Amino acid sequence: MNDKITLSHGSGGTQTNKLINEVFFKHFDNDILNQMNDAAQVDIDFKKLAFTTDSFVVNPIFFNGGNIGKLAVCGTVNDIAVSGAKPLYLTSAFIIEEGFSIEKLEEIVKSMAQQASIAGVKIVAGDTKVVEKGNVDGIFINTSGIGRIYENVNINCANARAGDNVIINGTLGDHGMTIMCERNKLGLEGNLKSDCACLNSLVDTMLEAYDGIHVIRDATRGGVAAVLNEISEFSNVTIALEENNLPLKEEVKGATEMLGLDPLYIANEGKLCAFVPEAYAEKVLNAMRKHPLGCEAVIIGKVTEETGQKVYLNTIVGGKRLVDMPSGIQLPRIC
Amino acid sequence: MKFVDEFRNNEYSKKLVEKLNNISSEKINIMEVCGSHTMAIFRYGIRDVLPANVNLISGPGCPVCVTPQSYIDTALTLSEQGNVIIATFGDMMRVPGKKGSLSEKKAEGADVRIVYSPMDCLQMALQNPSKKIVFLSVGFETTAPMAAITVMEAKKNNINNLFFFTAHKIVPPAMEALVQDKELKIDGFLLPGNVCAISGTEPYEFLSVDYNIPGVVTGFEPIDILQGLNTVVSLISKKEYKISNEYKRIVKTEGNPIALEYLDKAFNIVDSSWRGLGRIPNSGLEFNSEYEDFDALKHFKIDYEEYDGSPGCKCGEILKGKIKPTDCPLFKKLCTPENPVGSCMVSSEGTCAAYYRYHKDTK
Amino acid sequence: MCLAIPGKVLSLDENKGIVEVGNMKREVFMHLVPEAVVNEYVLVHAGCAIQMIDEDEAKITLDILKELAQNEIC
Repeated sequence: MNDKITLSHGSGGTQTNKLINEVFFKHFDNDILNQMNDAAQVDIDFKKLAFTTDSFVVNPIFFNGGNIGKLAVCGTVNDIAVSGAKPLYLTSAFIIEEGFSIEKLEEIVKSMAQQASIAGVKIVAGDTKVVEKGNVDGIFINTSGIGRIYENVNINCANARAGDNVIINGTLGDHGMTIMCERNKLGLEGNLKSDCACLNSLVDTMLEAYDGIHVIRDATRGGVAAVLNEISEFSNVTIALEENNLPLKEEVKGATEMLGLDPLYIANEGKLCAFVPEAYAEKVLNAMRKHPLGCEAVIIGKVTEETGQKVYLNTIVGGKRLVDMPSGIQLPRIC
Repeated sequence: MKFVDEFRNNEYSKKLVEKLNNISSEKINIMEVCGSHTMAIFRYGIRDVLPANVNLISGPGCPVCVTPQSYIDTALTLSEQGNVIIATFGDMMRVPGKKGSLSEKKAEGADVRIVYSPMDCLQMALQNPSKKIVFLSVGFETTAPMAAITVMEAKKNNINNLFFFTAHKIVPPAMEALVQDKELKIDGFLLPGNVCAISGTEPYEFLSVDYNIPGVVTGFEPIDILQGLNTVVSLISKKEYKISNEYKRIVKTEGNPIALEYLDKAFNIVDSSWRGLGRIPNSGLEFNSEYEDFDALKHFKIDYEEYDGSPGCKCGEILKGKIKPTDCPLFKKLCTPENPVGSCMVSSEGTCAAYYRYHKDTK
Repeated sequence: MCLAIPGKVLSLDENKGIVEVGNMKREVFMHLVPEAVVNEYVLVHAGCAIQMIDEDEAKITLDILKELAQNEIC
């Protein structure tokens, strides 16, 4: 193979097969995929499945802490996991720009294989298309996934109730600030790193501690603010956060302060918010803290008895401010 | 973070709140004239902890809010010139002109890039020799000195593809226009701390000397703002009409003389239009003849006529502190952060945006 | 129009410097603070150091607040 993707790689002929074998099959290698059927054929022995899809278009494609491929696997695994399901199988479809480096493609695919292995999922079907230069930004990936919903677990974004503690597994805004600083050439240098990670084993740990957790959602675009506003709306509750408790890495604090941004609105890729009834909150928290992806877990707020659908922050001066649904993308400011 | 965390101390904040609630019970109006104060006050929920008799008004301290619509429309026109890259602070991206916003123009294919600092425009110009970089140079005294530095660096290094579309303004003349307005009753001011870091406190003495209104130079951390409020309320209650400095770790009485010299060397003071306030004499800054070759309007031969205002929009009265956002008929109905009508809603520090986002009665 | 944050000067090179804010570094114009030296703190606005931070004044303010916190408010 020469070193760049060409239109022939997407045309379904020998070049396509060569690419599939030498890059995709080589790394995604598993018994189902290797059967090379048009559709993956899997045996299932359960009645309720979780099914999701997500597309990934991140720029830059490679960033500190990961790449588009890692995001593509973790994002879909996480959507299944936070629904109270065990992720099982993923598909992955690639739309690649003519001229894209095959070496880079292989690096992306290797990452995906690695994350799939960590998460215990198999990538069992896929597709590859190549488009003319300029028609996509390097590479776009779509992943879909299915998982088996755990019995005895009822996780739903309408289940939050007064008294629930809101727990997050770690620091806010790591991913979004990493991407923003790398993409916009803002001249900020430091050890910003995406928190991109598969959260399914953390979720399993949490459910083992208490299987009656009301809501779990991963906080991606729009940050924790978006997720909490969604839950507040679907559950028809008021959520009060404590400013003093919000965990932040020093780097994210520095970058957001310089750029005038609010970490509550910055994207994450390895963080979840859980709504746990008060009586079980400490137990779940302690279990999370023993897991590598939850060692900085902290209670950031609770669902109050107030009526109305809103999220607010109890500030360090003892005042309150509304944490509204984010509107538009976050932009650096000087004012 | 040093000089930040100490000024966000819980315990001290709560004590200052307590103190503030025990000074006086007379009804007073205090105006803050810095958009960053508006933001910080809302961010920390400071209105929540104010005594009921203290009415805090947000004044015209947001350079984006006071920039006329014509500025945005002309920026859009500049983006249409051949081989132009528009470099702008993030604040300007969603401000609506009559012809749309920079954000919309970017979506249509214009090369519009966000910069954190004017300094980055020098690099951009060097890295794109076949392009013309037009920097949207806005801001008050805090920002104008670095525009001056940037244009001088450009001249020194023979960078001839960098241009500035300037709309710098200075604060004291706008404040004087406000205190002359008989309909406004302002008992005291929180003065813009970082503007004073450049200009010093002397330009604000007129408030005390000519108008018997006290002003307190205030910083931006919660402790700074609470301290500033404490002092101004105290001065008002004691009828001491003076200018006081509660931001001494940054602001010297003489300001930053070197920064003032840069302003002097690069700019002329001119009359300038403030959205909602009208034309105010000697309130703007324009490059002087030594740097006029860097002026974008001159280079692209664009005639610039100022206009502003949208029908029904009450930004002007809001900027003057005459009414609150909730008194504007468009607020939350036709004018929202997703679909802003006036700059007060678009700018994240604009009074209406801050109100919409943070005010607990919004929902 | 005043978003500015204190940062520590890590290094200087004529009119430019590297300043650190919360473990993040950024190159900054130092023209307005020629007296700055490494390890001192400056106020950074949009990539320019606009003023030195007076540590002594900061300490005075914090000491007054400490005393306030220790006394009862009447």
